[in-house]
Amino acid sequence: MLELYGKRFASRMLLGTAQYASPDILRQAVEACGTEIVTVSLRRESARARTGQGFWALIEQLGRRALPNTAGCHTAKEAIATAQMARELFGTDWIKLEVIANDDTLQPDLFGLVEAATVLCAEGFAVLPYTTEDLSAAERLVSAGCAVLMPWAAPIGSARGLINKTALQSLRAYFPETPLIIDAGIGTPSHAAEAMEMGYDAVLLNTAIAKAGDPVKMAQSFAKAIEAGRLAFEAGLVEPRDMASPSTPVAGTPFFKIDHAS
Amino acid sequence: MQILLNGERFATDASNLDELCVKLGFAEAKVATAVNGSFVAAAKRGATQIAEADEVEIVAPRQGG
Repeated sequence: MLELYGKRFASRMLLGTAQYASPDILRQAVEACGTEIVTVSLRRESARARTGQGFWALIEQLGRRALPNTAGCHTAKEAIATAQMARELFGTDWIKLEVIANDDTLQPDLFGLVEAATVLCAEGFAVLPYTTEDLSAAERLVSAGCAVLMPWAAPIGSARGLINKTALQSLRAYFPETPLIIDAGIGTPSHAAEAMEMGYDAVLLNTAIAKAGDPVKMAQSFAKAIEAGRLAFEAGLVEPRDMASPSTPVAGTPFFKIDHAS
Repeated sequence: MQILLNGERFATDASNLDELCVKLGFAEAKVATAVNGSFVAAAKRGATQIAEADEVEIVAPRQGG
């Protein structure tokens, strides 16, 4: 079971709610993959359109834990105020903390992230920070009180997969007890499976599913890949080696002569 | 009085944030608020005065990744 801030989850897949062709496709995707945590956001509400009121009704229907984000915030101050608004709006202390450094890469501003996390953890938030694979930033975030880390695999929406596997493996090794969730840049189910095989605890997805030709089928595919990757990690993978090693027993091979063994 | 409401110039005679929300039809709506970059809890809207050129944010749930 995945355990985050004292809550246990059977599913190791977190799903974003943006970019779907319709609310019904989002609902079907959520049901198809069995996710128990959906990410949401908050945006300016128009007195005329009242768009957010309808979306809130959909979130309530889904019946999943809503994880609000601070997407689009470029400073710690903006992220802190957004998190505070989200806490009141969604009735949860949980916050997916994003402080963005650059609009082209959507790379986390690690300095602003640590600053915001420090304030929010002190205010009792359960902070899930969107970070990079940087070890020193991870240490600062954990020291600030973050009990979960969410490193990117690649830039948000890029579908590139795990572009720095060595660093992600180091992060896993340095924080064996901290739940680590791959947050961004996953494009294919095999990317997600690879992250899970490395021992990551969960994967957060949005674009790869919402923008797929058939988002519902893709949601199912990711759910299976994540489950398969986790099972593989738990089972224990064999170590790669440079030279071949026969799988069929050598002893008793017909026509075997001792000369062949040298 | 002119304020900046959700990033746009807006004329209002509301004296406090709660009154502004009511005038906009948000009395019972699922919204959260901030004034000049700082969060204002629902319970404190009535005690939060609105002044000329204040920057008011009124937000609601939305899709997110």
